[in-house]
Amino acid sequence: MSAPPRHGSSLGWLAVPALLLFGGFGVVPLVGVLVLSFTSWDGLGDIHFAGFESWRAVLADPGLPHALWVTFLVMAVSWLVQTPASILLGVFLAGKQRYRAVLSVVYFVPLLLSSAAIAITYKALLDPNFGLGAGLGLEFLAQDWLGEPALAFSVVIFVVSWQFIPFHSLIYQGGARQIPRSMYEAAELDGAGRIRKFFSITLPQLKYTIVTSSTLMVVGSLTFFDLIFVLTAGGPGDATRVLALDMYKRGFQANLMGPASVIAIILVLFGLALALVLRRAAGGTGSDSRMEGA
Amino acid sequence: MARTPGRERPNWVAGVTSLVWLAIVVIPIYWIVITSFKTQNNYYATNPLAPPTEPSLDAYRLVVESDFPLYFLNSLIVTLGAVIPAVAVSFMAAYAIVRSGRTRFLRSANWLFLTGLAVPHQATVIPVYLIIIRLNLYDSLLGLILPSIAFAIPLSVLILTNFIRDVPKELFESMRMDGATEWGTLWRLAFPLTRPAVVTVTIYNALTIWNGFMLPLILTQSPDKRTLPLALWSFQGQYSINVPAVLASVVLTTLPILVLYVVGRRQLLSGLTAGFGK
Repeated sequence: MSAPPRHGSSLGWLAVPALLLFGGFGVVPLVGVLVLSFTSWDGLGDIHFAGFESWRAVLADPGLPHALWVTFLVMAVSWLVQTPASILLGVFLAGKQRYRAVLSVVYFVPLLLSSAAIAITYKALLDPNFGLGAGLGLEFLAQDWLGEPALAFSVVIFVVSWQFIPFHSLIYQGGARQIPRSMYEAAELDGAGRIRKFFSITLPQLKYTIVTSSTLMVVGSLTFFDLIFVLTAGGPGDATRVLALDMYKRGFQANLMGPASVIAIILVLFGLALALVLRRAAGGTGSDSRMEGA
Repeated sequence: MARTPGRERPNWVAGVTSLVWLAIVVIPIYWIVITSFKTQNNYYATNPLAPPTEPSLDAYRLVVESDFPLYFLNSLIVTLGAVIPAVAVSFMAAYAIVRSGRTRFLRSANWLFLTGLAVPHQATVIPVYLIIIRLNLYDSLLGLILPSIAFAIPLSVLILTNFIRDVPKELFESMRMDGATEWGTLWRLAFPLTRPAVVTVTIYNALTIWNGFMLPLILTQSPDKRTLPLALWSFQGQYSINVPAVLASVVLTTLPILVLYVVGRRQLLSGLTAGFGK
């Protein structure tokens, strides 16, 4: 680095450490999981080539459509619950009033706890005899929350929302702050009410924020492993056995790394497909310019 | 409610939503804290939502006298050992991408990092497990640190790139005129000017790694290599009847992150809103 380059053309070396680390533990494993899906391995011994054996086994397993369905349901329902709530809270918090700043500090706290801690807390809090139901004296809160498939599913959705709405409302808060005030002033001159302003200015202006938040939410929902593992372990039965959990159980509990790798690939394809669909839904341009950082 | 120009009536829908949400957030946290100060008998005898009749530190004593301090130290080593290198290498990469991102090499690097964002990390844990075994790092803290760094890089590069781009070009120019090297410009100009972003990325990564569960679950085996979230999970099995002790360990686990949050809150919140809200 004697003479400073004119356009910094030889700065590539600065990216090398990051590339090596991300390559070694991010990209290589991604290729590796594809290779492993054509092998049989118990996680300890030797790895043998096994052709399409694992693929055939997994694709014929009725557990797969079930896990896909549960994963999809968790994703769709948690998106439906989180998005409107996050938009409302985010827009509300974007206001300049002091008390809103104080509220946003409190709102953010769930994000500080680990999924394991949150799951453990809710398990105890939802105990029919010593939990919230007994505390408030409300009969309907004192149920066997984690013992009934439908109830356990709703608990997962609720806890996921509790954990992640803070983060997404923060994103919407940032988005809402960037909407020019003049747009609202113009609408007010035309006599538009609050609801009208929300639907004709705020929501359309938040379009790209919605795409960003939804992408993170939807891709993130594929990785609710820790929370579900500790909260329900996929149960009762396999009512909350999402793909990530299915992968773990096949690989690290049943010692079938081949089939587990097949599930992992399905998980990756699921994630990439969703990210693409969402980007297309946004009309492409917004996220492209975002990617270029324009 | 203070009147702001253009807003005549208070917004009831938003106001009610925000209060309901406040209750939903606060009640479980309140419950964790009060319960952790109850004795085991007190827990079964009192109303779950009432404060302890005789506050006690029994639960905390039990936790601190267990192997908890060791797990705490493990978490600290893994978090610091991963976050500092992750932020440093991400900053260097982000700087290169902003300063000479038109070269094919850096364009592909940027593309790789951005694509990495869409890949769920958990899908790659099986090969990561294999690599760590082959490197003889299974059941070691270094074996947790390396993949944690890798997983942190894509998002860190994205956020840092967004911020370094906002540094006025003229400043880089004048550093160059003064004969500074790119390496010097990186640390003496770009780094201090993007401090809020660096703080954001540091806290965010620290939070993620401190709370990480799957890597320790898969890559370690011995109890003395446990990090806190994994320890919480096994505490729960061990003391399944002693809820106050479990919750005391939840409190102790969250405390360092809470301190970090209180210290860096302003920068973290504004950094995250700016990093994602574009």
